[in-house]
Amino acid sequence: MDHILSLLVFFPALAGMLGFIVKKENIKVYGITVATIEFVLSLILWLVFDPSNGGFQFVEFIPLIPNYGINYYLGVDGISLFIIILSTFITLVGLISLNIEKNLKNMIISLLFLEMTMVGVFVALDAVVFYIFWELSLVPMLYIIGYWGGELRVYAAIKFFLYTFFGSLIMLVGMLFLAYLYYLATGTISFAIPDWHRLILPYDYQIWLFLAFFLGMAIKVPMFPFHTWLPYAHGQAPTIGSVILAAVLLKMGTYGFVRFLLPIFPDASVALIAPIAFLSIVMVIYTAMVAYAQEDMKQVIAYSSISHMGVIVLGTFAMNVEGIAGSIFLMISHGIVSGALFMLVGNIYDRRHTKLLSEFGGLASVMPKYATIFGIVLMASVGLPLTIGFVGEFLSLMGIYKISAAYAFLGGTGIILGAAYMLRVYKLAFFGPLTNEKNKNLPDLNWKELTSLVSLVAVIIWLGVNPNPVLKPINASVESMLQLMEKKAITKEAKDIFAHNKVELEAK
Amino acid sequence: MEPIKVSLESLNLATLFPMLIAVGGGLTILIIDLIKESLHKSLYVMIAILFLALDLGAVIGLDINTRGFFDVMFVDGIAYLSQIIVVVASMLFIPLALTSKRFHEFSLPEFFALFLFMVAGFQFMVASDNLILIFVGLETASLALYTLIALHNREKSFEAAIKYFTMGALAAGFFAFGSALLYGLTGSVEIYKIAEVLADRSYEPMWVVLLAAAFMIAALGFKLSMVPFHTWTPDVYEGASAALAGYMSVVPKIAGFVVAMRLFEFLIHSDVTWVRDILYLAVVVTMTFANIVALVQKDVKRMLAYSSISHAGFVMAAIMIGTTQANSGLFLYWILFLFTNLGAFTMLWISRHKSQIWHDRFDHPYEKFSGLVQIMPMAATIMAIFMLSLAGVPPFSLFWGKLYIMGAAVNSGYIVLAIIMAINSAISAYYYLKLIVYMFMREPISDKQVVYFKNASLSLKTIVGISATFTILSVLFISPLLNYITEVVRVSGF
Repeated sequence: MDHILSLLVFFPALAGMLGFIVKKENIKVYGITVATIEFVLSLILWLVFDPSNGGFQFVEFIPLIPNYGINYYLGVDGISLFIIILSTFITLVGLISLNIEKNLKNMIISLLFLEMTMVGVFVALDAVVFYIFWELSLVPMLYIIGYWGGELRVYAAIKFFLYTFFGSLIMLVGMLFLAYLYYLATGTISFAIPDWHRLILPYDYQIWLFLAFFLGMAIKVPMFPFHTWLPYAHGQAPTIGSVILAAVLLKMGTYGFVRFLLPIFPDASVALIAPIAFLSIVMVIYTAMVAYAQEDMKQVIAYSSISHMGVIVLGTFAMNVEGIAGSIFLMISHGIVSGALFMLVGNIYDRRHTKLLSEFGGLASVMPKYATIFGIVLMASVGLPLTIGFVGEFLSLMGIYKISAAYAFLGGTGIILGAAYMLRVYKLAFFGPLTNEKNKNLPDLNWKELTSLVSLVAVIIWLGVNPNPVLKPINASVESMLQLMEKKAITKEAKDIFAHNKVELEAK
Repeated sequence: MEPIKVSLESLNLATLFPMLIAVGGGLTILIIDLIKESLHKSLYVMIAILFLALDLGAVIGLDINTRGFFDVMFVDGIAYLSQIIVVVASMLFIPLALTSKRFHEFSLPEFFALFLFMVAGFQFMVASDNLILIFVGLETASLALYTLIALHNREKSFEAAIKYFTMGALAAGFFAFGSALLYGLTGSVEIYKIAEVLADRSYEPMWVVLLAAAFMIAALGFKLSMVPFHTWTPDVYEGASAALAGYMSVVPKIAGFVVAMRLFEFLIHSDVTWVRDILYLAVVVTMTFANIVALVQKDVKRMLAYSSISHAGFVMAAIMIGTTQANSGLFLYWILFLFTNLGAFTMLWISRHKSQIWHDRFDHPYEKFSGLVQIMPMAATIMAIFMLSLAGVPPFSLFWGKLYIMGAAVNSGYIVLAIIMAINSAISAYYYLKLIVYMFMREPISDKQVVYFKNASLSLKTIVGISATFTILSVLFISPLLNYITEVVRVSGF
């Protein structure tokens, strides 16, 4: 069990390399097998994970460039555990529902490489290792969008790559500077994230470094106003690309907020709550309104994705257990729900080769199973109680309510607007008369599509009814992180906020 | 008159052996040609490699921080390291002559003789702190290189050779002026003495020092293709064969960097902030301008030419920063760059074809690589990895070089410079991606007959394999390499 994380990271990539030898006709079976093994591995990780321990577990440490403080340093805690399982789960489900004909082998190998980078980002405890996987994840995604995408695919792929690459380079400078500050403080240079967590920085350094890291991660999230690459990427990407992009890749940014920004720069995080909350609220409301106006089903979901990410950021910057744990839960639920939505849009696109809402109407009568599943997922996306979407949104907003009722109220309007645009989609596509001739003979979901979608729906309802198995380990890690932040806080505002948390925790 | 007695011991001829071996190798090749004509190029290539191997052995046997031959030879850590880089790079580039297609210049034994003379020239250049010997080394190497370019025997090659020669002559003139001024100021042509004398008299008269520094920056700027002295680079790279262009992007520059390091380091660490400022400006302009121009290139080789200008600017920043970490970063970067660029240019060389012309103006237009992944997936993947490495995408080799130099910049307080470097890396990603886009996301051009890899031979493939291995697995050897480089650079006081 000592090397389970390395195994989790490199197994898909090694399997992907062997995949070059597998015959073209059988590559999909191979891909699904590999993804299943990987998923089972991640479940084993959950099984042996100690949920009461808030620290890092299964730590692996191999010096890479010891003189420059760069080490192969992996570990997992409650915050990252479920995002890892989400990554392996979504990859598996995505592979099952995959129905691309063109150059399938390269697609599956790219997906397996992408899986390596996704898991790698979430288990890395060394900033350079984190950065390596963070950047490397762009390459397979570039290929997936750029080769299998729609008409403007090359433009969308390059925009996606350059935007993120630029942001992360600025973040890299921030990392280098932080390592140097660590050197000044302790006499040894280190890129280890747990080391950085212990470092207390002067306030003005915190602000600048916060901004450098924030830029890199905000582009990935994508925060308003850096979100413009996402609708293009989603618009052009093939279904599987959108699923992985929305479900996992965007989470890298918000995961980075929780892993880097909050514990390393607690004072700057507290000081910047207001501007970030402002950006998030703009993001929630503005993109929800844009989503309402879209004619293309996929664009609606792309913008709704941005809108939900805004709630995640709000929860993260609530600086209390409910908010942060809620936002991490929301990352997972949003991953599952948006993945399912993109798959559903992909299903209808495969049948009709169009995603325009005006082409549809009355689908409920020809595709009842499809309509049912779409309905359940839609309810989860809107945040209906007893679905997975409710828990995270509720906790995030409750967390931010403690900071300011106005933030929570404005963030909450996102849910209302979300209900409006999602129900509009549902009304236009599924209800009303079946006018379009082409829709009259559409086949309902086949067993492959059903397998992947039903498994997603099962998770949606299971975690919606009983979120505790996931929330408990998250809570333990978030609590220990908040304790650390409280110890580190130097400004008065930050001390007040964290002291408040402490009182509440003790009251429990 | 007392007769001057010179004991053989005091000459320390060992410092001279590496160059003598290279020169001897060149002469041997010429003699073999005299005895028996029309031998196959593979013989010459192997003889050249053998002599280079002997040369490398002689370099490795040197003691660090020794002087020799009336104290004009100076083998300190950076001389040692850069000689190893020069010789190893030459050993890796010379097998590129073994193409499966016949090219005029490789049938001439003179090509290989000149090549070895050139290597000797570069070795002289780095293994001395005597301005005159540096000049002699520079000119030996450059004259040989002009001829090598012209031997490619195409219209563009002559243009390239003449352009390079004219520019090189101008640069040589600048170098001579600069040296003369420094000699006039200090009465010495040895850099360490110049530094001492200038420090003693606190750099007065300042304007002469600045003038000398300006001449030197211009002279080395030509060799290192710093903007605005870069104009020859793309044309010369285009005219030269891809193999030689790759060589030019690596070896002459490391020699230039070493000379620049020797010349400017004491000026940078003195109170003459003007030198530091002008270098700062040159670094930023070189990186940015070359990157922006590279964006609009239609030919991969020209793109790589501008990219190598930009990389040179990036590395020049290390000299400007001037700490041990930065200077070690320079060597690390250049060793990694050597392998990646070697690979990239070899891929171009492999795809070179004499009769199948893709474009009336360019040899390697982007269209040539359209859909390469469907024709040759392996080749396309390897080429893509070289491009990603050049763009600085981790974990490929150049990322570590960039990381280390940017780290050095941050550690010395040059945060803005580090950010400029980061932005430039982001800009450069675009043109490297462009090639990847062509290779992976376009369909092959069907009306053209497939000509990829007609030039491939076992030795070329081996070189590509070596480069790819180093580029991909760099993470495994960065640590020992960096430790070694840092040690060597530290003992020579940089």
